[in-house]
Order: sequence, then structure tokens, then C-alpha cells
Amino acid sequence: MLHAHLSPGPLPSRMQLTKDGKLKHFLTIEGLPPLLLEEILDRAEQFVTLPNKQQKKAPLLRGKTVMNLFFENSTRTRVTFEIAAQRLGADVTNLDIRTSSASKGESLLDTVRNLEAMNADMFVVRHEHAGAAHFIARYCAPHISVLNAGDGRHSHPTQAMLDMFTIRQKKGSFQPLKVAIVGDVLHSRVARSQIHALTTLATGEVRVIAPKTLIPAGIEKMGVNVFHHMEQGIADVDVVIMLRLQRERMQTALLPSEREFFKLYGLTEERMKLAKPDAIVMHPGPINRGVEIDSRVADGPQSVILEQVTNGIAVRMAVMSMIMGPQGGTA
Amino acid sequence: MSLLIRNARVIDPASGLDGQRTILIDNGRITALAEASAAFAADETLDAKGLWVFPGLVDLAACLREPGLDHKATLASETFAAASSGITTLCYQPEPKANFDNAAQVKLICDLNRRSHYANVEIIGNLTKGLQGEHLSNMASLKRAGCVGVSNGQQPFHSLQTLRRAMEYAATHDLTVFIYPVEHALAAGGFMHEGEVSARLGLPAIPSAAETVAVAQTLALASHTGAKVHFCRLSARMSVRLIRQAKASGLDITADVAAHQLFLTDMDVSDFNPLCHVMPPLRADRDRDALREGLADGTIDAICSDHQPHEVDAKLAPFQQTAPGISALETLLPLTLRLVEDGVLSLPEALRKVTDSPAHIINNEAGHLSVGAPADLVLFDPSALWELDLNHMHSDGRNSPFGGWNFNGAVKRTLLAGKTVFSV
Repeated sequence: MLHAHLSPGPLPSRMQLTKDGKLKHFLTIEGLPPLLLEEILDRAEQFVTLPNKQQKKAPLLRGKTVMNLFFENSTRTRVTFEIAAQRLGADVTNLDIRTSSASKGESLLDTVRNLEAMNADMFVVRHEHAGAAHFIARYCAPHISVLNAGDGRHSHPTQAMLDMFTIRQKKGSFQPLKVAIVGDVLHSRVARSQIHALTTLATGEVRVIAPKTLIPAGIEKMGVNVFHHMEQGIADVDVVIMLRLQRERMQTALLPSEREFFKLYGLTEERMKLAKPDAIVMHPGPINRGVEIDSRVADGPQSVILEQVTNGIAVRMAVMSMIMGPQGGTA
Repeated sequence: MSLLIRNARVIDPASGLDGQRTILIDNGRITALAEASAAFAADETLDAKGLWVFPGLVDLAACLREPGLDHKATLASETFAAASSGITTLCYQPEPKANFDNAAQVKLICDLNRRSHYANVEIIGNLTKGLQGEHLSNMASLKRAGCVGVSNGQQPFHSLQTLRRAMEYAATHDLTVFIYPVEHALAAGGFMHEGEVSARLGLPAIPSAAETVAVAQTLALASHTGAKVHFCRLSARMSVRLIRQAKASGLDITADVAAHQLFLTDMDVSDFNPLCHVMPPLRADRDRDALREGLADGTIDAICSDHQPHEVDAKLAPFQQTAPGISALETLLPLTLRLVEDGVLSLPEALRKVTDSPAHIINNEAGHLSVGAPADLVLFDPSALWELDLNHMHSDGRNSPFGGWNFNGAVKRTLLAGKTVFSV
């Protein structure tokens, strides 16, 4: 049909599962069943227990080709995907699209078509616009899987899952937990994915803490409680997730100054005393010391920030192998 | 050449007529509108048993793309699409790449349209030069050239002072000012309605206040300048309320709504469907309900298509990178009639919102059926059932979110000045 592609596709959440409920794409946490999220965490557990020294590789993806399509710059995230794919035995190609075709005016769809022709099995996509990974998943060849590595402010599902992994590692189960997400929720794809993951896993209470300028209207419909005062929001929580605050926010009248933000919302040792004594501190990185978090907290005993980075590789291995490995969604 | 239409149910919202009538058409005009039994001689007789006859639709807003954007659509393709769905008069909305600063540009469109002439095209001229929002356009000569009003389209004004002066100057020449109420500082960088869906999708959003702030400002200036203002494409609940109050206080204003705003909401964007990317954005349920109420109580005078045909590629990208707009001529009548099924309006009320009411807003003699009126009319089969198939749209733009929708009743024939411009 000439214009078949104009008809609206299925919801992203349905598109990412095969008919028998296996992961085909990983675009968003929204709409995924809790069991599937737990399966990701369980599988990541296996990869994390592989001793860090000798046997690092589990060649489940031998012969597969993973292409990292980064339309937006991010060395750290790209590297963790690269390591994850390599440990699974896949071939990895990195494409920094900003410096190639897109800057010559090629449309996203044409870029995708060209890369398809190079026998890719998976695209790991980062793009500045919300819905870009969903768009690619809808229009790419049927044998290709898309893994969303961040689209605009929409979604960053593997980051959220590595955070869930870290929380489960430290706290066991989600039901009794109070989790606070602090800072620039408005611009944060990480926060949106964390909220979906936490609510799907039946977390006791999810809070967001920020001034009104950094909280998107209608966020409470996602199942969170909104706090505008740090002292109230952080009281009695088990997990504090700090979000990165970008400098641009001061330029667009969202905040008066970094100093005032730190004064009101910065995570200090003082404020940590309001949380549960065994509360953990998380941050998706890169951190701004003295802007959203005090160094003594970031480097302190309650911080699990570096463990998050390590867990990122195991979680990305888990997701990739669930999609492309034996018995995977595209196996 | 005379034409006799017999046995039709004739519905004329302007006069309140609804019954079996015989219509005689001669020389492009209605020359008799008589009891069913009346006998006339004519060159051609049409037995319209089982059909409805109502005035051809008057659409206040269509982007016709030619000249300048004819890779999207042409005057001929779009006016034929209009005729195929019962629209006999449409207003060419100015847009950045196709607008009207002088009489020659207006004449060009008239000449172009005369070649195919599937529908009448009326022109809304520029309120400011090149829609730049800075200098007044030559409104008097635009009016002399036949423009039915002036507008800045969706382009911003340099300042409220410019808007005020433009309104005063338009009022001097008794030109209706078509205002898209949008405060650009609040809307800039947004792609959808600000609410729970945008919070979830992370799409940069446009608050309802971007519209209502502009409505309030424009109302104040309308009252101050005495300009006749028509508000285009309302989308927000509070706008309806403000306009209702202003009308009650006696201000000479009118308003329209795009048909899609009465059926779709921001929930329809939740799968990043670029076909639902429109400006103003689809808003929440309660906004849609308020727009429907506004129609029912007369706050909103007219329903328009807000037709914006696009080539396929314009919608093949991540949501933010797609062009906004719906190819909407072919769903104006079906959606308007669906309001009757939904119990929002009676059949004559619904038809009035797309015939007589918009005709009044542009001072057009069309839009009603009476002796002496232009024979622009629609023969409509209320028993036909059909499904909108995007592949079979008449418009060059197939960008409709209503593909797959089922509709009751279809246009059988459209007459423009007594001439058949479409028939099945």
C-alpha cells in the first residue's frame, strides 16, 4: 500500500514485545510487564557475578552486529554499550552521526536504510528528539532490533534498569521503599524511565522533588508525589536519586543561580540525616559537585554512584542477550 | 442551461427550511424553491429521492500551497478535494511561503483558480507586510482586490502596538481581522499540549495559557479599537469562556474551531503519531468538551477544516521534526455530521456551522438556499457508509489521522453555480 506507512503504528510499549511476549526492541519501560523487568534484573545478576578478572566473555551474540547510532554526543553511555556487546561476543560499530550523514542533510530514515544495508542486527540509538528510537523501530527492517540509549526527554530505559538493579542489590525488594528523585525532572529522560520502572516494580512511594519550574505539569499522573521542599521530600526515604543540573537552566529563567539551587536542593550530609539511616545515594552521572550534590555525599559511604556505572554493563548485556541471544526476541 | 432537482429533503439552516422541496436552477442561481408538487420545465431534471440537499460548505481555513509550495499540493488538486466533500467556497489562509501583500498576488490566485474552478477561493490578505508583524500591509488595495479579511496567520506581531495599529487600520477599511490567538513567547519550542501526556512523552509542550493570554489581549484591543475580530482555531477551554463573556458584553467578535479539535485530544499523540501533530496542539479531554459546548451555545460560530496538506516525507520523522497540520478538507463534513450523531448539535445547527455562519463571517452571499442565491449546493446520500482510506483521498496530502474511521452519509454530487463539479 502506497501510504501504509502513514497509518499510526502500535504503541511503543506493544511494539517492543514479540507475539509471545519476548523483548524485540527496548524503547521505553512504560507498559512493560513487571515480570519482564525482573527477568532483566535476574539476568543482569548472572553477568555481574562473572568474576571481573578472567572469564569476562559470554559469547551469546557471536556473529551478531551491533551498531551504535549516536546522534547526540555521549562517550560514557556509548562505551558501556560497546563493552556490553563485546563481552557478549558481538561485533560493534560506532557511528557518530553528527559528524557524518545527518550533518549533510540526509534524513533519519535514509540514514537508517543505509545502515540496514550493512547487515546490522541491532541499532543502539541515542537521539536528541523524543520518539526517535520508536520512529526507527517502526520503519527499520523487521530483523533489526532497536535499543533506546536516550531519546530527547522521553526515555532512557537501560539507565533506569541499571538503577533498579543497583536498588535491588542494596535493598532487596521494592515494595517497602520510598524513593526520591531530586532535581531537573522536566528535562530528564532518566527520571521518566526511573518513574515507570519504579511504579511497575510496585515501589512503595515515588517522590519527585524540585521547584515548580523543573517539574512537568501533570507528572503526578505518572504515579509520583510531588514535593517542592527538599527537607519534606527527603524525609524518611530509602533511596535518593539526584539528577544532573545543566548550566543552561540558569539562562532560560528556570532557576536564579546554581548557588540558590544548591542551597535549596543540593544533597548535603546535613540533609542526608533526614533520610533513613541506611539510605543510598544515586546519580546517573556525570555529577556536578557543589551544584546538585556535595562531594562528601557523592564520595561518602552511602553513595553507590560508581557501582551504578559497573552495573550498567551487566544490565546492558542482559537486555542485549534477551533480545538477540538464544531464545531471545529475535532468535 | 437549467436544472431541476426533485424529491430531495432540502435543509437550509439559514432560513430554517427542512422538508421536501423542488429546486430550480438557472444561470448559476436558484430561481425557484417550491413545494414538492410544483411543476417546472428544465433542460435537465434530477430525481434526488432519498437524498438531502443543503448549501455547499464554506470553509474558513485552508492552506492551498500554490504558488510556492506546490510539491505539497496545488490549487486544482485541493479545490477538487473540496468539491468532492461538499465544500464550494474556501478561504486561502496566508502562510509564510504563500501570502498576499498586494492585488497582483490576489489576482494570480483568482486567475489560477478560474482554470479548474472546482470551488470558489476567497483570499484572506496579509495584516502586516509579508506577515512579518512589523509594517501594515496595503489593506485598502487588498480589500479592493477582493480580500475578505486580513490576518497575520500564525506569525507573531512585533509588538502589541503593531497589532493595535493594524486593528485600527483594518477597522478604518471595515476589514475583519482574523487572529490566531497565540502568545509566541509561551508557545515557542513546543510541539504538543502541556499536560500529563507531554509529561510522559517528554515532548516540549505548549500550555493552554499561550492561547488564552492572546485571546485576552486581543479582546482588550478589539474593545479598544472597535475592530471586527474573528478568532481562528480555538483549542483551549479558557478561550471559550473568555469569548463567551466578551460576546455577552456585546463585543462584535466571532470564532471558529478546527473539526479535528472536536474529536482528538493529546491522548492521540501518546504513540508519537505525527499525523496528530497540529498547531494549535490537540488539548485535553476537558478542552475538547468545552469546545463542543461553545459550539452548542453559539460562542463558537463556525467549524473549519484548517486544511494543511503535506507530502509524505513531511510526516516521516521523529514527532518534533514533522510538519504540523492535517489534510482535512475531506473530513470537514463527515466530522461535522458526526457531532449530530454525538448529540452535540442538531442537523441544521451542525450544517449552519459550516455554511451560513462562516459565509456571514466573510460577508459571502453563499452558504444558504433561497431564490436568487448562488446555486452552490450538495446532494448528499445519508444512507451511504464509508471508511476513510488514506490511499484514496482526493487531496494531494494524505496526512489525516482519521484513516480507518467510518462515516455515515456521503456526497453524491456537488454543484458550484449550478455546474456539477463533483459527482459519483
